[in-house]
Amino acid sequence: MKTKKEQSLYPLWFLFPSLIIFGIFFLWPIISSLYYSLTVWNFDTAKFCGLDNYKLFFSEKAMSSSVIHTLIYAFGTSGLKVILAFFIAIFLTSKIKTKNFIRSAVFFPNLVSMMAVGLTFSYMMHPTKGLLNVVIQALGGTPIDFLGNPSLALFSIIMTDVWKGLSISVVIYIAGIQSIDKTYYEAASIDGATGWQQLKHITLPLVAPSQNSIIILSLIGGLRSFDLIWSMTGGGPGFATDVLASVIYKQYAAGFYGLSTAGNVVMLIVISAIAFPLQHFLNKREEAIQ
Amino acid sequence: MKKQKRLLLLGDILGVAVTVIIFLIPFYFMFVQSIKSKAEANRLSISWPSEIHFENYLEVFSHANYQLVTAFKNSGILTLFTVLGLLLTAAMAGYVIQRRHDKIVGGIQAVIMLGLMIPAAILPTIHMLQSMHIYKTMFSMVMIEIALQTPFAVMLYRGYMASIPVELEEAARIDGCNRWQIFQKIIFPLLKPIQATLIILVGVQTFNDFTNPLYFLPGSENTTVQLTLYNYKGQLASSYNLLFADIIAITIPMLILFLIFNKRIVDGMVAGSVKG
Repeated sequence: MKTKKEQSLYPLWFLFPSLIIFGIFFLWPIISSLYYSLTVWNFDTAKFCGLDNYKLFFSEKAMSSSVIHTLIYAFGTSGLKVILAFFIAIFLTSKIKTKNFIRSAVFFPNLVSMMAVGLTFSYMMHPTKGLLNVVIQALGGTPIDFLGNPSLALFSIIMTDVWKGLSISVVIYIAGIQSIDKTYYEAASIDGATGWQQLKHITLPLVAPSQNSIIILSLIGGLRSFDLIWSMTGGGPGFATDVLASVIYKQYAAGFYGLSTAGNVVMLIVISAIAFPLQHFLNKREEAIQ
Repeated sequence: MKKQKRLLLLGDILGVAVTVIIFLIPFYFMFVQSIKSKAEANRLSISWPSEIHFENYLEVFSHANYQLVTAFKNSGILTLFTVLGLLLTAAMAGYVIQRRHDKIVGGIQAVIMLGLMIPAAILPTIHMLQSMHIYKTMFSMVMIEIALQTPFAVMLYRGYMASIPVELEEAARIDGCNRWQIFQKIIFPLLKPIQATLIILVGVQTFNDFTNPLYFLPGSENTTVQLTLYNYKGQLASSYNLLFADIIAITIPMLILFLIFNKRIVDGMVAGSVKG
């Protein structure tokens, strides 16, 4: 009965504009990518070649290593954000007076484009005259080639990403912490719980919903990441910082459209294989706590 | 008590010091490079310039046949139409999705929400645009931006819609409004707070977008602000002062937005990321 009434009151055609745009410009290309990833493709002709693109993708180290880099990048940025943002949020919800200033300063990088942040940091990480190395040398250290050293470059970009994106996690944590009932803390301190115990047994479990959002959000963002890496190293040195999204771009620029699309499908599978089970698991964990 | 006060003061001082060093120095660094002479900027130091060169900004705007001016115009148009289009279509979809609970709507919602996770397929999109003869047009770029941000906007609207009482609609119906009028005259005006949030978030996202214009809107006459930065990185490799003037020029609109709407932006980001 209720559904009947709802059907007559809320017309389905209200959904059509969104659905048509979303369907044509997002869904359909994804569906057709499954086919084009199995072809040698130059936009005019698509010659079916079975799984050759995928075989090539995983046999060439320049491409297959991008899967590992993507995972390191996503879990590195996400992990650091989840941990660092928690302590910053605790700090900013304490009684300090300058919290508005600090929150604003931490937040602003979010509104700066990835390109601008990437370029600025790549110059601050310049191997000889970059600001970071000037400081390191002034402190008596030897200069570090942040972006030129293959084993360090990905880590340098991860740090830049954390610098830029940390604040989203901070404000989500702050919202979560502020919604915790104050009486829990009062009761706990009457029972003689120390600050650390309160943090561990009250705050941490009760911010779980916020924490889950942060994990999912930053992980998916990290798995898709392209512009920061592209502006800082372009995937180099060699292919030390190539991630899935940059391989897709490189193969596109080189004219291997089928191969590039196969990379796109690999990215789709990697994200789905991580995000959907993780979300399921986090929701279960959240229910268990409540 | 006194000890606690001292601890808080220490926290304030340390907090501000660390924040300034980590979060503000990079912005200071950008700014000082942008007003230095070419030779001085190429040293990449954070010292204050010996002479101030504000004309760097004029020079970067006129560089490459006023490309940055074109870029501001293009980014402006792209951002404006994306925001307008998305605001209307997603509001309508969010409204019905929140109010109506049957299988079709549930299915549609699940499909749209997939877009929050899975990445777009880039080359098939280009191919499709080419076969529709709309590749490299502002129209297709706007449609793609709308499509990519639809899941997020619908989710925000759906969450907000739950706070609008159904009784308002019933009253309007008794007064003889039809279904479109109810939406347009009763619901839409009530959405203002969430609209404001979305205008800012979608606006920032679209204005700062680099990847999608890189793929879907190539060509120097189509360039957007973020792409100028990418192009100038190579062209102006020895003129860091101009490069940083470009960075500052395209960041200033965001700074102004942030200074005016600070709280709304922060609240919006929280609302948008905590699932509704």
